[in-house]
Amino acid sequence: MSRVLVGVKRVIDYAVKIRVKPDHSGVVTDGVKHSMNPFCEIAVEEAVKLKEKKFIKEVVAVSCGPTQVTETIRTALAMGCDRGIHVEVSGKDYEAMGPLQISKIFAALAKKEEASLVILGKQAIDDDCNQTGQMTAALLDWPQGTFASEVTIDGEKVKVVREIDGGLETIKISMPAVLTADLRLNTPRYATLPNIMKAKKKKIATMKPADLGVDMVSRVEVLRVDEPPTRLAGVKVETVDDLVAKLKANGTI
Amino acid sequence: MANPLRREVRQLYKNLLHLGREYPQGADYFRKRLNSAFMKNKDVTDPKEIRKLVDCGEAVIKELGTLYYLREYSAMKKRFYEEELSAMLNMGRPTD
Repeated sequence: MSRVLVGVKRVIDYAVKIRVKPDHSGVVTDGVKHSMNPFCEIAVEEAVKLKEKKFIKEVVAVSCGPTQVTETIRTALAMGCDRGIHVEVSGKDYEAMGPLQISKIFAALAKKEEASLVILGKQAIDDDCNQTGQMTAALLDWPQGTFASEVTIDGEKVKVVREIDGGLETIKISMPAVLTADLRLNTPRYATLPNIMKAKKKKIATMKPADLGVDMVSRVEVLRVDEPPTRLAGVKVETVDDLVAKLKANGTI
Repeated sequence: MANPLRREVRQLYKNLLHLGREYPQGADYFRKRLNSAFMKNKDVTDPKEIRKLVDCGEAVIKELGTLYYLREYSAMKKRFYEEELSAMLNMGRPTD
């Protein structure tokens, strides 16, 4: 039981107000603050915790994209990952990149690195797909523990408490396995300056999807991106009779 | 100021400055307050006093980390767990 692969995605920072491009082809990303996907932070934290508890020996942070994603890998290294892998994807390939391509890359890397676990965030806050973990497990034919709010390693098995509608589900799966992190799994540590400095010595390997035998062709085409409809202003009424009249006129009652 | 403490104080300042970049009221606001806090104590010479102040600074670092985490957590909670929140609010009310 040695190695864990953690996927980290560089997304527009959660606190930024998103703007749609005037041509509706996507969202404005130039000059916009980016950071690690919050669920990926939780995934990294869990992997590092497992290493601190001595269940695993090495945590490898992986990210796919252009040069800028190395910043995200650096953050993961500052949080305690041992080394990083940057899978270079840029231009049109990067714009069209989605869960299918990512999961193919992760499946190839998981085999190449002989990982016992692949831990991902449950979804990215930019595309809300919630597919990469599941697809990766399917491509590898590995068991999956998704929406994990608690992970316990028990020999060659993992006990996962999952957040599901209506409560919690506890499952036991064999390793190697894929896990996706939910919000309550843990509290990610903040990467402080001393840790960032220490992480500069850690290595980030670079490779291309072709090196892993992965084709990046997308089967999905984004037709249009729109903002959600603006909420209409509420109407204030003076009396209950007015309220009833308005609701009747509206057809609500 | 004793030499090892000088290094610690400088490192503390750098760490706080780095953390302050994400401060909700703005990095500039934080930097001004940070500078005045350090300036206020620039004439302290007693190593015990300095150690106490440094420990205070370390505590602020922890607080900031927690502040940032809570902000992010509550934003995620609102965005992704709205049904859960409304289910909690509707607890006890009869359903259709």
